[in-house]
Amino acid sequence: MFFRTIFALIIINKAGGLIYNKTFHEAGLNKISTNDYLVLAGTFHGVHAITTRLNPVKAPSNRTSMQSGILTRPDPPSGLEVLESENFRLQCFTTLTGIKFLLFTDTTQANVDLTIRRIYEMYSDYVMKNPFYQLEMPIRCDMFDRKLLSYIREINNR
Amino acid sequence: MSHLAAGKTAGAKEAAGLRYPSNGKTIYHRPLNRTKTAELSQSSFAYLFSEMVTYAQRRVTGIQELEKRLNLQGHPIGLKLLDLLLIREPARSQTRPLNIISLLHFIKINIWQHLFGRQADRLEKSSNPDTPDEYMIVDNEPLVNAYVSVPREMSQLNCAAFVAGIIEGVCDGAAFPARVTAHSVGGKEEGEMWPGKTVFLVKFQPEVLEREALIGRA
Repeated sequence: MFFRTIFALIIINKAGGLIYNKTFHEAGLNKISTNDYLVLAGTFHGVHAITTRLNPVKAPSNRTSMQSGILTRPDPPSGLEVLESENFRLQCFTTLTGIKFLLFTDTTQANVDLTIRRIYEMYSDYVMKNPFYQLEMPIRCDMFDRKLLSYIREINNR
Repeated sequence: MSHLAAGKTAGAKEAAGLRYPSNGKTIYHRPLNRTKTAELSQSSFAYLFSEMVTYAQRRVTGIQELEKRLNLQGHPIGLKLLDLLLIREPARSQTRPLNIISLLHFIKINIWQHLFGRQADRLEKSSNPDTPDEYMIVDNEPLVNAYVSVPREMSQLNCAAFVAGIIEGVCDGAAFPARVTAHSVGGKEEGEMWPGKTVFLVKFQPEVLEREALIGRA
């Protein structure tokens, strides 16, 4: 019944505030209150910050690049990327600007990273290019909602 | 380089005055952008337009004033486009539009093609007998609104007021003074084909219709 579906999307700003949440599939996850969503976003933000500290920075690649004469910084540690439970899978995508996209999917869902990238593209189109959106504030853009819903519906009905 | 040389000799023969290249093409005949399709990045336009809207929004008291400001930003573009696109027409059809219908066709086809790479979707005359001075240009999804979501408390606003300003500039430049406004007519329901559908209402001044009637009689 819930085979290969995307359940929900959460977007967290750099400060750990919830700026967007949307449920696409009613039966997949239990409903929690808006307040709980805010707590979830804040908690995840904190956990993510700690996990980035856990991951050691790759030193050797730094030295080779020094030899070639080009100064490059090693990739920043990425932190928590996937969290799996018996019934759902949570994938996190952090943008270079520190915004986190959290996608709750079925455990067998494939190509989640592609989906999440496409969502990021939509975010940069329909949210960032909207003159009425203020940075770091909750996202209320009809156009973004509409495009996102039709994209997710297409995937869920596949 | 051969281009320049040719222009020089032709100019020398004609002595003083303006000099034209021998093939008759001036810099106004070609876009400055020489890429194949002469197109610009839609993203950069979207960011620029977004800043223009934000700029127009400063110190305005209402939505009407905001639309007025967007309209004013577009007006000079329209005035200049009229001249530019007419000079690019082939010499025999290089007359400015002389009646309302040819003016509106010029806007629907030439102006739209130049600005947005396609024609406007429809042209209509007001069916209301009380307002014979009103014409409508319909665009199903205006390019300027491609990434714009208007917040609910400003639902009256349509940022295509900027394009309305361009149309107004063209009409004014062609000596057809008019007021042009943009109105959203797309339904908000889900599954709507064209949620961003916009009507540009062109309301000509009474003297334009008076003149039109005189021409029609002659």
